[in-house]
Parts: sequence; structure tokens; C-alpha cells
Amino acid sequence: MTEPTHHSQRDLLRLATAGSVDDGKSTLIGRLLYDTKSVLADQLSAVEAATAARGGGQVDLALLTDGLRAEREQGITIDVAYRYFSTATRAFVLADTPGHVQYTRNMVTGASTAELAIVLVDARKGVLEQTRRHATITALLGVPHVVLAVNKMDLVDFDRATFDAIARDFTEYATGLGLSDVVAVPLSALDGDNVVDRSARTPWYAGPTLLEHLEAVPVLRDPHTEDFRFPVQVVIRPRTAEHPDYRGYAGRIASGVVRVGDELTVLPSGKTSHVVGIDTFDGPLDEAHAPLSVTLRLADDVDISRGDVLLPTGGDTVVGQDLEGTVCWLAERRSVLGQRLLVRIGTRTVRALLREVNARLDVESLTVEQWRGVDTLHAVDATDTSSDASPQALTLNSIGRVRVRLAEPVPLDDYATHRRTGGFLLVDPADGSTLAAGMVGRTLLDRLVVEAPADEDDWMAGAGI
Amino acid sequence: MTTTISSSTTLTQLDVLESEAIHVMREVAGEFERPVLLFSGGKDSIVMLHLARKAFWPSPVPFTLMHVDTGHNFPEVIAYRDAVVERYGLRLVVASVQDAIDDGRVVERADGSRNALQTVPLLDGITSHRFDAVFGGGRRDEEKARAKERMFSLRDEFGQWDPRRQRPELWDLYNGRHKPGEHVRVFPLSNWTELDVWRYIEREGIALPEIYYSHQREVFLRDGMWLAPGGWGGPRGDETLETRTVRYRTVGDMSCTGAVESDATTVADVIAEVGASRLTERGATRADDRASEAAMEDRKREGYF
Repeated sequence: MTEPTHHSQRDLLRLATAGSVDDGKSTLIGRLLYDTKSVLADQLSAVEAATAARGGGQVDLALLTDGLRAEREQGITIDVAYRYFSTATRAFVLADTPGHVQYTRNMVTGASTAELAIVLVDARKGVLEQTRRHATITALLGVPHVVLAVNKMDLVDFDRATFDAIARDFTEYATGLGLSDVVAVPLSALDGDNVVDRSARTPWYAGPTLLEHLEAVPVLRDPHTEDFRFPVQVVIRPRTAEHPDYRGYAGRIASGVVRVGDELTVLPSGKTSHVVGIDTFDGPLDEAHAPLSVTLRLADDVDISRGDVLLPTGGDTVVGQDLEGTVCWLAERRSVLGQRLLVRIGTRTVRALLREVNARLDVESLTVEQWRGVDTLHAVDATDTSSDASPQALTLNSIGRVRVRLAEPVPLDDYATHRRTGGFLLVDPADGSTLAAGMVGRTLLDRLVVEAPADEDDWMAGAGI
Repeated sequence: MTTTISSSTTLTQLDVLESEAIHVMREVAGEFERPVLLFSGGKDSIVMLHLARKAFWPSPVPFTLMHVDTGHNFPEVIAYRDAVVERYGLRLVVASVQDAIDDGRVVERADGSRNALQTVPLLDGITSHRFDAVFGGGRRDEEKARAKERMFSLRDEFGQWDPRRQRPELWDLYNGRHKPGEHVRVFPLSNWTELDVWRYIEREGIALPEIYYSHQREVFLRDGMWLAPGGWGGPRGDETLETRTVRYRTVGDMSCTGAVESDATTVADVIAEVGASRLTERGATRADDRASEAAMEDRKREGYF
């Protein structure tokens, strides 16, 4: 492979794939890795040897992507695996997630950092329940770009009408979920048609190949159109002879742009100051934008510590103690109303109580079941872990709407408009395990509510707004 | 003295990877009491140290360094290690495999390789210094069990990695909470590839031990790899020494780290060579990973790097 001379200009796209082995997902990833020359000879020969050891046949590219012993033995993918490939203009970090319903949490994990999701369908089967589930999770996590990869076109004789019908069907569904950028590509992962190289067998298709599209999609929204957010990670105070009075706030710009001279507010305290320096090891900057890691110096000696958020003065951010949002439950243990939690949001960790679970998304039927008010019966005993669990509980892989009471006010950005700062974790204070991942504010789940009870409280009213 | 660094709206891949690694290191500084950075003198650990200097500037690096010393070291690497520690005023802890053998914690293997023996002194070092966060230079592109590794990887009180207990990692929210006695391995270079590391070394002008570049060395062939002679047990009877022009792609225990024949004398040469290589760095030069399909997974479970 000839190395591009301008690799210093290469950018990076994070993407996720959802699908099952049946859809040819592993073959597609294997094809992307292989055709971009990202699979090396020793990896390939290891796969050939492993294929032979399992009885031979065609080299199974799925073995390239199944990393753990249990996965190879059972022929399944359990966990998110990260793959790397690159072209002359772009490097890709691909989160390969299993597609079955029992691995919803892995799909959610992969989608959380992705700018693009590849949803796979088999051209013979079209849009299935699981396709709709993948689209729903993609929309829920706010992934901005979606590719519908209509695979196995070779098995439908590269029939245009079949492709068009599937593309129309999916796009209509995706648009209803609020996914605005959907591109459908007819391909055969097995033979390589329209994956990297344009296929001669789809003369009717004028769009890009999969890789062409992956290279063309914008990596980030224009940071100049986003609100500046800067969660403080650590305070830099060297107190050395060279820098006796230096005080800087280190963090990574989560979104937007900051310039020297900008007036900033510190949340939750509400104090204000302006930027006098944007420092890096390589020298000061006049301006910096997401996702750069920098150290900010302010004009005034305000009290700022890890967990605080710096943002433009005059913005409309909410500081609240009632966190309403949608969570995906990630733990084997179910949720218990009234249970003590730690909420991790930005760089801040606060104590909290689970007050309500008031709706649940059925990821099979893609309908939302609503529950009214607090389940006081179960709320009284947070230690009840008996088998007759509250019906209003979230279990592994379930997606639901919660209300969490926080021990102190914290800045709360809506995930829908602030994907980089509106996410949070629910952590078990006892053993530190991550119980759930959530998104602040109204999400897709709220749009999928089939019928709201007539006497429903306006739950947004309690959001501390 | 304001320098104008390009403020185009798209950062390059290396900018993004650097920013992510710095973010991870600052998270560790913010969340843990006693972090340590595993420093072998290999290129990945050298890049980690460079990132740590950048992350906390103008403060000094707030982490101790720990070197797990197999006793089968390349002298150039030890010299490099000591020079770096001196230059940046760092604190270095050495966990010695030889000491562990001498006091009976581990037993020398018949083949003389000490790579797998590093786990015990590594874990003992973590325990005795009560380190709670341990930076490793592991990358997900290295090996398929590593492809599923987290940035923050929880280890139990026995130092063991249980893939089923790993926490889902969403957005950039890394959960480092752990119980007393447990620790967290942190991999800031998770999303880097071998080429990314080399390009970053080039961009940043980072000095490496000389053995990464082409040089003349007496080597002998074993299992298809060029190994350097040493007190660890090579060459054996039918193996003959010959002088070759070689360099190393990885730096590990001398008994299982092979040299590759190479004329690459500069970083640019190495980048061209790595880009054209048809073998992964571990496949080309690490005997330990060839043992079985799950060799790395098994060592990781036991608490290996």
C-alpha cells in the first residue's frame, strides 16, 4: 500500500455498525478492512488456520472480528469491538456492535460516540423488525448520519426495483424517527460490489460506494454553530519557580469555539470572568474549538474546580436538581425505585436518588408504555431485590424514562441539542459499576409515546426548568 | 509570543487522537489518588509520557513511572529510560522479574522467556505501592482480544481482567470507581494504530531508543524470528549467529522480541516500511502471541499488561 504523503491532513470519522452475522455484517467489515488493506498477512493466515481448524470451507472473515474465546466458540459477537482502517483522506474508528435484541446495550454504547451508523439489511428480506430497532437506537443516540447498506444484492440479481423499495421503506421509517441524513447503497459484501469499488453490476445506481460516502460525510457539525461547553477536568497549578502563580483550567472542549476575550460563566456557581489565555504545551492559541484539549486562564481569581462547566455568559443553560431523561439500563441488576445512585455528568459526580421510572420503550414493538407517577409501594423499600420485582423496573437492555433527584444543582444540557454534554451515567455507589447510561431531556422515546393518559402530569414541569 | 496554529474547523486525525489521550490522562489525574504509568522504554510508553507532559503543562507529570524489568533488557533501552527520568525529574519504580525469581514468587521457564513472568512482579508492584490507576500503552489494533478492551479497564483484587465485568463506555464518560484493592488499567492509546504512533513520533519529533532504527546486530534465527543473543538462553546448539541489518518494531523481553531486517534509519523510513508491511508488529516480532488463538486473552485475564 502506498502511503499518502498528506496524511497530516487526514481527519477521523467514528462510525458504528449494527447488524447480525446473518446480514453479512462481519463479511462487510472484513471487506472494508481487506479492501482498504487494513488486514495484514499474519491476521489473514491466522483466520485461514482457524477456519481450517473448524472444518474448512470459505475463509470466514467473521473470525477477524470475533476477539474473545467465548465468541469464537459460540460463533457470536458479545461485545463491542473496535476496528481501524484508513484511506488517503480519512481514518476510521469503527465500533462493531452485535445486532440482537439482547445486546441492545452494546449498540447503544457503539452509537454514543458515532457520527455515522451503518444499518445493514439483507436485500432478500428487506426492512425487518431488527432493522427498525437499529434505526431507533441510532436516532435515540442522535447519530447524525445513517447509511442503509442493502447487502446481498447478488442474491436478487442486482434488481433495481428491489433496492428502491427497500430504500424507500427504510427512509420513510427513518425520517419518522427524525433521522434526516440517510443514504442507501446497494452492495454485495461477499463480492465487493459498491463497498470500495464501484460495481459494474449496478449501472442504474448513480450514488457513491460505501467507502466513498464514508470519506465524504462531514466529521463534525461546524463548531461555530454550536454552543461552547468546557467541563473542567483538573486545575493546573504548578507552583514552580518558573510558574509561581499560574492557574489554568484543563479540559477538552466538548462543543463550540472559545476565543481569548470571551466572557464565560462558571456553572453551577454562576460566577463570570473572561478568557485571558488558551494554553497548550505547543504554545498559546487565539481560538480553539471542539474536540481540542486545552487549558484556559481567566482574568479573575474565581473559585473553579473539577466538575464545573465553563460556557458563554448569557446562554440559556438550566441548572437543576431534578434530572429527567431517557436511560438504557446496562446492568444485570434491575432498577429499584428509591435506590441510591451516583450520577456522572460531564466531569462531575453527584449523589442521587432514583425517583421515578415513568415510561419504557419496548425495543421489539418499538412502542412506549407509560406509567403514571411514583410507585410508592416499591419506593419505600429500596433494598427489595426479591424476584417479584416492581413492574416499573428497568432490566438489562431496557430503555426507559426516569426522574432522578440530585443532591446538588448541576448544569443540565438537553441531549437533543447538546450531544457532547447531555449524556450521563448512573453508577452504583456500592461497587462502582455502571448501571445505566442516559440522555438528558426529551428524546426520541417521548416522540414514540403511543397514547398519553389523559391525566398525565406535565412531567417536564418538574425538570427544574 | 502568540503562535497562530491553524484554526480550521476540522482537526486532523492525530490532533483528535492526541486530544482524546490527553483527556483520558486528565480524567485519571482528576479521579484517582495514585496513578502510575507503565514505562518500558518502548515507543508506546514513550508516546504516553510525551502526552502526559503535554496534558499537565506547565506542571510536571503527576504520575510515577513503573518499569517491569525482565532482566533481559536491551541496554540501549535502559539507558534511554534513565535519561528520560533524569531529564524530566520523574519518579521511577522498578518491578524486577529477577527479584521475583530470587524470592520464589515466580519460577524461571524452561525456554528462558520471561515475558509471561512479568505479570507477578507487575501486580506485586501495583499492590505494594497501592497504585489505583495504571496506564498501559496497549492499543486495540494490536491484537483481537485487545480490540474489545476499554479505555478504563477494571481489574479485581487479583489483578484479573474479566471481559464480562467490563463496564460499557459511552461518550467520553469514563467510570473509574473501584473497590479497595481493585485497580483500573487505563489505555490512552486505545484508538491509535501502529502507524499513528509513528506519525505522531515524527510530528512531535520524539526521540526513541536507537534499536528502533536500522543497525548492524549479531542475531540468530529461531522460529522464524531474528533474536539477539544474551544470557537468557540463546543461541542454543544448532543456532548460529550472523550479522544482519535489523531494527526492532517492538521492545520487549529479549528472549521473545524479534528484530526485522530493515534499512529504515529515520522515522520517515520507518513509516514507509510499516505502511508497506504485510505483517502486524506483534505477528512479526512477538513469539508470545503466537502460542495460541487466545494467548493474549489468557495473559490479560491473569493480569498482564
